[in-house]
Amino acid sequence: MILKLALAQINTKLGNIPANLEKHLSLAKQAAHDGMDLLVFPELSLTGYVLQDLVPGVSCRPESDDPVFQHLLKASRDIDLLVGFVDEDTRHRFYIASAYLSQGKVVHVHHKVYLPTYGLFDEGRFFAPGNSVRAFDTRYGRFGMLICEDFWHASPPYILWQDGADVLLFSSASPGRGLNSEPKLESSTWVEHTNRAYASLFTIFVAHVNRSGFEDGLNFWGGSTVFDPNGNLITQAPYFEEALTKTEIDLNQLHRTRARLPLLRDERPELVQRELERILHGH
Amino acid sequence: MDISLSIDPELVRKILTEFIRSEITRVGFSRGVVNLSGGIDSAVSFVLAAEALGPQNVLAVRLPYKTSSTDSLEHAQMLIDLMSCPSVTIPITDMTDSFTSREPGMSEIRRGNIMARVRMIAAYDQSEAFKGLVIGTGNKTEILLGYTTIYGDSACALNPIGDLYKTQVRQLARALGIPEQIIAKPPSADLWADQTDEGELGFTYEEVDKLLFLLVDQRYRPEECVETGFDEKFVRQVFDRVRKNQFKRVLPPIAKLSSRTVGYDFLYLRDWGT
Repeated sequence: MILKLALAQINTKLGNIPANLEKHLSLAKQAAHDGMDLLVFPELSLTGYVLQDLVPGVSCRPESDDPVFQHLLKASRDIDLLVGFVDEDTRHRFYIASAYLSQGKVVHVHHKVYLPTYGLFDEGRFFAPGNSVRAFDTRYGRFGMLICEDFWHASPPYILWQDGADVLLFSSASPGRGLNSEPKLESSTWVEHTNRAYASLFTIFVAHVNRSGFEDGLNFWGGSTVFDPNGNLITQAPYFEEALTKTEIDLNQLHRTRARLPLLRDERPELVQRELERILHGH
Repeated sequence: MDISLSIDPELVRKILTEFIRSEITRVGFSRGVVNLSGGIDSAVSFVLAAEALGPQNVLAVRLPYKTSSTDSLEHAQMLIDLMSCPSVTIPITDMTDSFTSREPGMSEIRRGNIMARVRMIAAYDQSEAFKGLVIGTGNKTEILLGYTTIYGDSACALNPIGDLYKTQVRQLARALGIPEQIIAKPPSADLWADQTDEGELGFTYEEVDKLLFLLVDQRYRPEECVETGFDEKFVRQVFDRVRKNQFKRVLPPIAKLSSRTVGYDFLYLRDWGT
């Protein structure tokens, strides 16, 4: 089966949901018109990234009566969507979240588990951390979603792999940093290495959508990628610029790669569990 | 120990021109103003701004004092001609002397600070007249060392080169096609005759950039810098200088009284809503 995948590498307006929503709907319309099956947006695509004290004013609920999500759910009748937003739960905790929408319904919501609160990052000050990592079924197969720092840790992609995900959808708002004599920033190099490694080690597809643009002095470097189960780069969006990048992924490649390289078959999660039990609980 | 501060100038050029374009246009402007001293830092900010905004949208401001070196004015003109930007020349001698003549024998530091602040007033006045934002010209070395006049040459609306060490600014300048005379001449604030940065600071940019790169970027402890071969007195002098000048890098502290105070718990980016 072929999945027609589009990467919406967008810039956003900081805290301006109507403007960002309009961009989402316009790109969804365009991608659907172009026959795409799924359109993936970056982290916090509806709000912008360095929200700080804007957080409580830009939250949404991924429900059909929400004034923002009602438009996105309607658009998802024509194309599956992954969007980034601030989720406010019923107890008024705020999460960095991604929602997968399809055929007018919310299929899955992921709350960012790892909130970087070091260096230039201050997410733990403003957000609550998510507490679960789950794969979910779509009409194109079983997928997993993670948000930025989630995939700087090796365990969430591993859990999704073991939970049946064959396509990992990563979204981020990654500020570019790390200057040396190379023609790309260290942050770009690092993310590309790790995403290629996940695709290779888990024999899965890894799509990463990063945003572009600036917030104050922070640049967001774009460069969204899709790697196939052999670890090969299928497509890459330009660095630093907005782009709608369309690609096709051949899900039958999973069959061919795993026939050659049965890493999934031979993986021993019960061994991992046993050793983690020993490490964590001493038995 | 081999400490490399080399950069890929084309990558930096791409990021910095996008930065200038984004941070000026998103707040409703399309133009910029650069105080052009004839030195390398303002040359780099100026050329980046012209590339980002279009030459017609960048105003070069030349602000000579009677003792300014003639090279300064000429080198600034070379850049204006190179980029075909609009320019204005505003001699600051009268304005400066109206302060300094009140106290004969005023120190060079005070006179230099007055000149830097008169130039700031001229830039912000042209900013309003030209409807452009003031683009800063301070590099990372001078920001860290505090080798700058607060509310003078450090004043700007945005600064494209503030995360580049002086030696990195030189690499970028070459890629931008800035004339070699400007790149090669001894850096100087040109506030008094024969002043040079390196003479005044007591060390070269080449040396201090490597040390700052270890201390700041690579998070070396001062004693580890000494272990790699830097002179202990030099390390202490530079570290103290960075620490003592922190006040120039932050907004003035506000005494907290209420439950929400600017600077502490009223947190928004400058780009809020845009």
